[in-house]
Amino acid sequence: MRLTPKSATLLILVALIALAPVFFPSGFYYRVGALVFVNALAVTGIVILTGWAGQISLGHAGFAGIGAYACALAPVHWGIHPALSVLLGAAASAVLAWLVGRPILRLKGYYLAVASLGMGILISMVLNNERALTRGPDGIGVPELGLRAVLKDAGLGLSNGQFWYFLCGIALVVGAWAALNLRDSATGRALRALHGSEVAARTVGMDVARLKLQAFVISAVYASVSGSLLALQNRFITPDVAGFLHSVEMVTMAVLGGVGSVAGGIFGAAVLTLLPQVLTVLAEYEQLVLGAVMVLVMIFLREGIVPSMLRKGRRREE
Amino acid sequence: MTLLSIEGLGICFGGIKAVHDVSFAASPGEVVSVIGPNGAGKTTLFNMISGVYRPGSGRVVLNGEDVTAMSPHLLARRGMCRTFQNLQVFQTMTVLENVIAGFHLQESGDVLSDLLNLPAARRRAKDAEAGARELLRRLGLERAAEREAGSLSYGSLKRLEIARAMALKPKVLLLDEPAAGCNAVETEEIDHLIAEIAASGVAVLLVEHDMKLVMRISSHIVVLDHGEKVAEGDPATVSRNPAVIAAYLGADDAAR
Ligand SMILES: Nc1ncnc2c1ncn2[C@@H]1O[C@H](COP(=O)(O)OP(=O)(O)OP(=O)(O)O)[C@@H](O)[C@H]1O
Ligand SMILES: [Mg+2]
Repeated sequence: MRLTPKSATLLILVALIALAPVFFPSGFYYRVGALVFVNALAVTGIVILTGWAGQISLGHAGFAGIGAYACALAPVHWGIHPALSVLLGAAASAVLAWLVGRPILRLKGYYLAVASLGMGILISMVLNNERALTRGPDGIGVPELGLRAVLKDAGLGLSNGQFWYFLCGIALVVGAWAALNLRDSATGRALRALHGSEVAARTVGMDVARLKLQAFVISAVYASVSGSLLALQNRFITPDVAGFLHSVEMVTMAVLGGVGSVAGGIFGAAVLTLLPQVLTVLAEYEQLVLGAVMVLVMIFLREGIVPSMLRKGRRREE
Repeated sequence: MTLLSIEGLGICFGGIKAVHDVSFAASPGEVVSVIGPNGAGKTTLFNMISGVYRPGSGRVVLNGEDVTAMSPHLLARRGMCRTFQNLQVFQTMTVLENVIAGFHLQESGDVLSDLLNLPAARRRAKDAEAGARELLRRLGLERAAEREAGSLSYGSLKRLEIARAMALKPKVLLLDEPAAGCNAVETEEIDHLIAEIAASGVAVLLVEHDMKLVMRISSHIVVLDHGEKVAEGDPATVSRNPAVIAAYLGADDAAR
């Protein structure tokens, strides 16, 4: 039986997550791995929004901020369990995305980029300035999720690093699975279609504005959950999570790895999370090399690393 | 029985009347052709009928309902679909996916079941795929099913657009130069296909420069020149009309 691209992607992803720890020289690498997964989850949402629906958001970190601060605030103020706070943050992000996206996505053009940029800045301002609630730029502590203790009682003892590595890994696999499901479904096909030709998409009965809105809401949920997981594992969060730089980082990761494919987005997230760790040996040249890598990829592998490589591989086969 | 009626349709671009006061009607099973020289306003007329452009004046009535300037996706629900003169295929998707996209109205359900790949979503996708493969077979494209649409030849892309439009099982089908860029054999095939579609009860609106094809297949011909209707009637009447010969067919065609 031949593997479909979907099962192949998921299989490779699961294998990598499960086997990578064998090569970890120290416990610190679990932490780096978990960070890769959290970033990759947000980037998977960008793949849906930008890679498929062709819409650009420059404020997605705002949703990560909502997800993160939901986990910091809801347990303390309303006594909601941290795990449920993840869902609460996701729901809040979805509603906000709907409210922002609905008027904007009816218009044709790059309005979403500008509107989402404004939205991101607003969220980040609120997090910085509502000191009474968020404690401002210095950040705020986040309650313990408590799941690790439950697992320990059940006989599965994991270090903190291991626990978050595997939890975020599972979250990424689920997120990638859902995204891959979407890709080959009626909705995903319609998103890719309207990206290809909006007028043709409309003539075959696709409600283009509604489809774009769905993509925006779904990607907001991905970013929100990513922010929640970041906050919960760090046990601390600052407004930087919602900052403009984080938004740009998400888009950059997706474009570098290949915004048209789930595997590409995950790969891009891994590269841009790991590269700075490796490049610290270069000290002041770190940013320079990072920038050069990005420019070279965009020149020679325009579709992003993974899709371009796959295309080259396929051509060699033929 | 009139299915589609075009009443005094007109539009201006920067003060220039691209189409002015054009009226005609189409019934199920008819092939109504719109002919005229380059720039006569044929595509613009199609764009107004299909909701891509908002007409400056006039009405489009489909099945008794005023659908003037209605969004194309709502027209699709009411049974209108079209192809494009300047190809509008989904280039980066496969040929099969392009045709499955034509089944969107039948196939789409709620997003959640799509995300979770629930049995209902799988069943819908499977039905759409089966229908799409059947259409590809009919259009002779089945061997290209898994190829990226952008890699197809011009003639194949024309047929792909027709397949995608047929997937909607339209009541009114607008074809803008379906045989352009096709060789004689392909043109013959498209000829048969259009006849078949019309015979199944679809009202076909056709824009085509291949006069032999138009004369053979049309039940009714509307002649446009400089945005205005200069003649209409059955093929025999229209081909004898002096205004038509002057405006469009040209001296050499008239001599044949
Ligand atoms: N969006 C637009 N803006 C401005 N002018 C337009 C627009 N669309 C069409 N026109 C003009 O309207 C006129 C009619 O063009 P149209 O494309 O409808 O002609 P056509 O009959 O389809 O010609 P052809 O046989 O070359 O396809 C032309 O003069 C064209 O330049
Ligand atoms: Mg035209």
